[in-house]
Amino acid sequence: MVLFQGVITFLYYLLVACAAGLMLWNLLRSRRWEEEVLYLLVVLPFLLRLFRLK
Amino acid sequence: MDLPSGSDGAMTRGGGGDRVAALRKTVLATLGAVLLATSGWSFYQSRRLPEPVVLGPGVTRVRTLGEYFAGVRGTVNDCRLYFLEGEEPGGTVLVLGGTHPEEPAGRLAAWLLVENGRMAAGRLIVVLSANRSATTVTRLGGAYPPDFSIPTPWGERTFRMGDRWSNPLDQWPDPEVYIHYPSRQNLAYVDIRNLNRTWPGRPNGTLTERTTYAFMELIRKEGVDLVLDLHEAELQYPVISTIVAHEKGRELAAFVSMLLTDTEFKMGMEYSPKTLHGLSHREIGDHSQAIPLLFEAPEPFLDATRGRTTREALLTGKDEFVKRAGQAGLLFETMDDNGWPIDVRVGRHTSAVLVTLEVWTDFYPDRPLRLEGVPRYADVVALGTGHWLQNPASAPPGRVVVE
Repeated sequence: MVLFQGVITFLYYLLVACAAGLMLWNLLRSRRWEEEVLYLLVVLPFLLRLFRLK
Repeated sequence: MDLPSGSDGAMTRGGGGDRVAALRKTVLATLGAVLLATSGWSFYQSRRLPEPVVLGPGVTRVRTLGEYFAGVRGTVNDCRLYFLEGEEPGGTVLVLGGTHPEEPAGRLAAWLLVENGRMAAGRLIVVLSANRSATTVTRLGGAYPPDFSIPTPWGERTFRMGDRWSNPLDQWPDPEVYIHYPSRQNLAYVDIRNLNRTWPGRPNGTLTERTTYAFMELIRKEGVDLVLDLHEAELQYPVISTIVAHEKGRELAAFVSMLLTDTEFKMGMEYSPKTLHGLSHREIGDHSQAIPLLFEAPEPFLDATRGRTTREALLTGKDEFVKRAGQAGLLFETMDDNGWPIDVRVGRHTSAVLVTLEVWTDFYPDRPLRLEGVPRYADVVALGTGHWLQNPASAPPGRVVVE
């Protein structure tokens, strides 16, 4: 149980890091300000989780 | 996910457009970093809000839970244990505050014991944050305040609001079904992070299970006779304004209930169900020599039909919606315009502890437990909880620690 928790948590944080990376990448590539704002707002909770702040 | 350029005021490719786009992205990224930093700092501070504890005249030692079981040593749940040892020998009582930190009267009552109490006979061990991890988060989606302040004659004391469950940052993920150890009873998945569903714990379990196991080790190694677990309950929950007693403590609890009801306030008494596992009043009694009793005070702030979860509502215990639920006959406790102020709830717990120790001493004169200096119900209601909280700034050197 505890081992599974550890593995799942590790994979989860990996997933969060990938999703955050993709959103930051799209933020850089986007040419429309509306999309840039959207990516910025969506990536914030991912970063907060990645940094174990929330 | 690479989206095409827009035409609604968006940039066209080229030197000027690229520079404007780069400038815009820089500004947005800066704004995002500011948002991230401010919100992150706010969450970080909430999680680590220091709660000072002034060691009262009766505190003789401060230890940590990790000294009893290495499995919690250095973790967020390596909480402090405050020992108040009397000159006369006697029994040993453990008071648990903060099993559910979102029930703050239990924690505050324990605070009053540490900052005011002196044992004339026997030993008192007090825990202010039994599930310290749960003090660092509030109920997700519940819009609870991160902290609250108690006014005192010399200023304010601020406490973390906390949650019923361990912080998911410390223990995650939850299983689909929580199978309690050792009974193998199926419980709600989220209760694998509930300290009052993981007793008696196990040494190789989750953080919450290891925490209850550590408390069991403490109870066994210190020869604890009596465990008092301080809680609050929503008014729509039938187990309220009552003592829940293991069968080993039924006479003790019945006498305490009668004495409190006769002299101070209404207090019920009921037996711990033998087939509901994981709770302190069941498992501590089954797996150790100690007699466990759990005390419930009313807290409208937790009711499902409550209004806004503000700091004021937490402290006044007033809520128009819960009152209307009472008028509709949906509550198990009275609710009027007076509400259930924090002083009333804290006072119920301090008197419940004092009367329990008095009755214990009558029952077991060879193992007395005599506690002095702690305000009773009427004292806390008359002067306020804050009156009994000591000022850390004027405490003697070395007599202040932080929870």
